[in-house]
Parts: sequence; C-alpha cells; structure tokens
Amino acid sequence: MTAEQGLFLCAAAFTLASAVMVVSARRLIHAALWLIAVLSGVAILYALLQASFLVVVQVVIYIGAIAVLFIFAIMLTRRQTDHDAPSRWTRRAPAFLISLLTLGALSGIVLAFPEAGRLPPPMPPDLDAVNALGAALLSPTGAAAYAGVLFHESYVLPFEVASVLLLAALVGAIYLATTERRRRES
Amino acid sequence: MNFWNDPLHFLAEQLTAMLSRWGLPTAWITFIEFFLGAMALIVFAMALDIGLVWVERKVVARFQDRLGPNRLGPFGLFQPVADIIKMVIKEDITPATADKFLYNLAPVLAAVAVIALWAILPLASTIYGADLNVGLLYVIAAGALGTLAVLIAGWASRNKFALLGAFRMVASLISYEIPMVIVLLVPTLLAGTMSLRGIAEAQRSIWFALLSPLACLIFLISAIAELGRAPFDLHEAESEIVAGYHIEYSGMKFGWFYAAELLHAFTFGGLLAILFFGGYTGFFGLEKLPAFIWLDNPFVQAAVFLAKAMVGYWVIMWVKYSLPRVRIDHLLAFNWKFLTPLALVVLVSTAILHRALMEAPRWQYGMALWLANLVIAWITIEILRVQARRQRRHQRAASQRQQTAQEQTV
Repeated sequence: MTAEQGLFLCAAAFTLASAVMVVSARRLIHAALWLIAVLSGVAILYALLQASFLVVVQVVIYIGAIAVLFIFAIMLTRRQTDHDAPSRWTRRAPAFLISLLTLGALSGIVLAFPEAGRLPPPMPPDLDAVNALGAALLSPTGAAAYAGVLFHESYVLPFEVASVLLLAALVGAIYLATTERRRRES
Repeated sequence: MNFWNDPLHFLAEQLTAMLSRWGLPTAWITFIEFFLGAMALIVFAMALDIGLVWVERKVVARFQDRLGPNRLGPFGLFQPVADIIKMVIKEDITPATADKFLYNLAPVLAAVAVIALWAILPLASTIYGADLNVGLLYVIAAGALGTLAVLIAGWASRNKFALLGAFRMVASLISYEIPMVIVLLVPTLLAGTMSLRGIAEAQRSIWFALLSPLACLIFLISAIAELGRAPFDLHEAESEIVAGYHIEYSGMKFGWFYAAELLHAFTFGGLLAILFFGGYTGFFGLEKLPAFIWLDNPFVQAAVFLAKAMVGYWVIMWVKYSLPRVRIDHLLAFNWKFLTPLALVVLVSTAILHRALMEAPRWQYGMALWLANLVIAWITIEILRVQARRQRRHQRAASQRQQTAQEQTV
C-alpha cells in the first residue's frame, strides 16, 4: 500500500463516519457541522486527485457559503435547536430503504465506467490545471491541444445559463419576501 | 545553490542527505521535512504574533495620546510576555449550558484560519510554504473558515450577546466577501496568474497599486471588514453587545481569539503588500545592476516584505483607532450600493483596457489603466455629490413642511 492509498483510506473513512453522524446527530446544528466535516473530507479527496481548483472551490462554496447559510437558517429558527429531536422509527425504515436504493444505483453507475477501480494515470508534472480548466471552458479544441485531454463540447454556455437560473431564483425569493411583508403591513 | 541564495532548499537538501545516511525510506524523509517546514512556519507566525501585541498596544497608545507599555524592559518590549502569563494563569471558565466540544473548537479554528494563510504567503522568491496556482481562491477559502469559527463561538457559548455578535459578523463577512472577490480578479488579470508568488514577481517593474489604485482601496476596505476591525467591528461592539462572539471566553481561549485577530490584521497587511505593492520585490530593477545584486537576496526580500506588511498593518490600525463604528444598515448599504458596483466597474474597465492595450508600449498601458481609474473615481465622486445634494434638499423640504404644520397647529 502506498502512502497515497493510506491517505485516501483515512480521508474516505473520515468522510463516511461524518456522513453517518450527519444523519444520526440529535441536534440539527450538530448535523450541519458534521456536514461541514463531510464536505472537507471530500475536499481532501479532491486534493489527493491533485485537483487544487476543485479543493478551494469546494471549501469556498460548500463550506463558506452553503453550510454557513444552513447554520444561519437553523440558528434563526431557535426552537428546534434547543430540543433534541426525538427519532422516529416510522420514518427511519423508509429512509433506510431509499438510501439503500440510492447506494445501489450510484454504485451501479460508478461500476459501469470502464475506468472504475483503476488508479488514475499520472498527471504531467508541469500541467497548470487551472489554466487547462479555463481553456476548456472557453474553447475545447484549444484546451485539447493545451493539456493533451480531449473535450467534446464547450462548457461556457451551460455554465452561464446556470447562473441565470440562480439569478431567477434570487429574484423570485425577493418577490416572495416583499409580497409577504406587504400583506402584513396592509 | 547555497544557504544565502535559497535557504529552505539548502536546509532541505542537507536534511535529506543526513536522514538518508541514517537509512530512512524516502517517504519518511519527505514527511519529516514537510512536517518540520510547517512547524517552522507556524512557530515563526506565532512568535511574530507576540511582537504584534506590543506593536498594537504601543500604536493605539500613541493614537490616543498615551505612552503605552513602557515599564517592562526597554520600551516595554517584555510587556507581551507578562500579558501571556496573565492569560495563561487566568481561570478557564466554561458556561454550564455551553456546547463543550464546539466551545473549545472555536478558538482553535479561529487561529487555524489565520495560520492557514501563512502557508501560501511568499516571504521571498525562494522562501514560501506552497506556491499554489489557485492562491487567491485559497485566501477566500481560509476566510470562510474564519467565518465558521465566529459562528461556532457565538452559538456554542449559549449567550444572546455572543449569538448577536456572530449574526452581525456573518452578515458583514458574507457581503464584504463579494467586492473582495471581484477586486482580487484585478491583480489576477494584470499578472495573469492566481499564485501569490507570480503576482509579486509580475510587479518587478510597476506596482499594481499604481495601475489600479481603486482596486487597492476597495481591497483595503473589504479587508478591514473581513478582519472585523473598526469601523466595521459591529460583531464586538462594546457599547451594544459587550464583547460579541467571545464574551464567554476567558484566559487563553480568549487569548487565541486575540492572537488570531492581531495576526489576521498583519497577514492582510502582507496580502495588501503582495497584491498591490510588489510584495518582496520593490527596487524597480535596481537589483539587476551588478553593484546591487545583493538586493535580490532572499533575506533582504523577506525584510522588505515584512516591512511592507507592517506598513499595511499600521494603516489598518490607523483606520481602526481614528474612525467611529458604522451602523449595520449603513454597513450593508455601503457594501451593496457602493463598493460592489464600483468593484464591478473597475474590474470590467481593467479587463477591457488590459486586453486592448496588450500589445501597446508598457508606459501607454500603465498610463491608460491609471487614467481609467482616475476617471472612474471622479465620476463616482460626482454621483455621490449629486446624491448627497438631493438628499439634503429632501431633508430640508421635509423639515420645512414639519415647521409650517407646527405653526398652523399653534
């Protein structure tokens, strides 16, 4: 076993253990903090794959923005954080079933890849992954020449469309919030 | 390669040679070297932190027309030692209802978020922890950890003042991160890289502060907000919520927050130096002359960097001790209605000019960028003036209406 595999096993075990804690923690806020542990575990996995851009983006977006907003929302709904939520067996059984099905489906998809279970090919040591990613977003053919990797389509348009979707969600949220306030005022 | 030109690699090579004579496997040697390097960096940062306690106390005293610590040792230099001893022997109180684990985790996380930044700070062209090609994004990521520390401290203390402080802090941190991220793209654009070392190297001929003074100013303002120092220190507003998120912490646990805050301010002084004032470079080509080749020595570079970082830290202190605290609505309005649009305008104009004048002579390129910043600043000031005039007119009209109404009732 190489040192890299050892690190991978540690990080994977940490991620899985934290994931179990997310669903079994009694307090909502603890669950949210364990979720942060899961997300940082995934960031470590990215780091082992030498995807430094994904690591920082994972930390900035998932931990810095999404998880902090989760905690914020939980803290603002005070009542639930004070009590330990009682666990209900009636809900646990279907949840267990669904997660088992999801696990089966996901492992099926992963195993369907021909590369599954094989070690990744070593990266060229002088590869600037960030530049390669940027070039791939802009022009896939240029990036293919740059990084020696083949991309079939440009990703800029879907990327930009996703941000328009987020903007629409933002406008919708503002509209809902202000109509609620207007109704209360009148 | 010798010690004076590349101290870290020289030491690493010596250590490798010594350890392999002892018969250790290569993986172990790499691990030991990385571990020692990280430890040395942390110890250096924390030792610097002790000095910063003295600097901060002395500077605040001068701003407030006092002498500051002057009894213990020459110029009161040993005062931080007394401060630390006091911190350590104070009673360590944990509130009865606190969430014990999280309560103890928060101060550690606050310190980790700052020390993590030191991993990528290039002290000199050959002295740095890691040269990440996503360096600037890493800075933002470390800031996210700091936010988390404040949030956990506020929640785990089970104190309403602490929670209020945490809420305020997160509200300001999340909003001021936006102009900061936008403005960090300006040095990225000008240098063509996100690595801090690459950005510093790109400023050997001219500082980015001269090419884009507005970006530098916006970065300074959002950095002060990120640090949570006055005038943006709403999260520990003494007159309103006592001490904010660290109200329940005592002894060395409070000490960790205090140390983290000082080191954070100094680190942002260093980031300001690297991003806009050339970092460890700064002799504008003088070091290329044969007589001044010693100026490019890593130890001279490190001294230059630390001096520039200290100046940045001093500016942050200067702002902190001269300005009053802003109100929360002013804080958010200033960010969303002023800083963010301004940062976007600066970024777009810089991007267009950078692309259009790529082939032009360097002096034309520099002048165009500088003039563009000047024009943007002038337009901004004009818009602000018109707005202020309109606001004053509205206020005057409103007070006049009130007066006539009062006279009529009388």
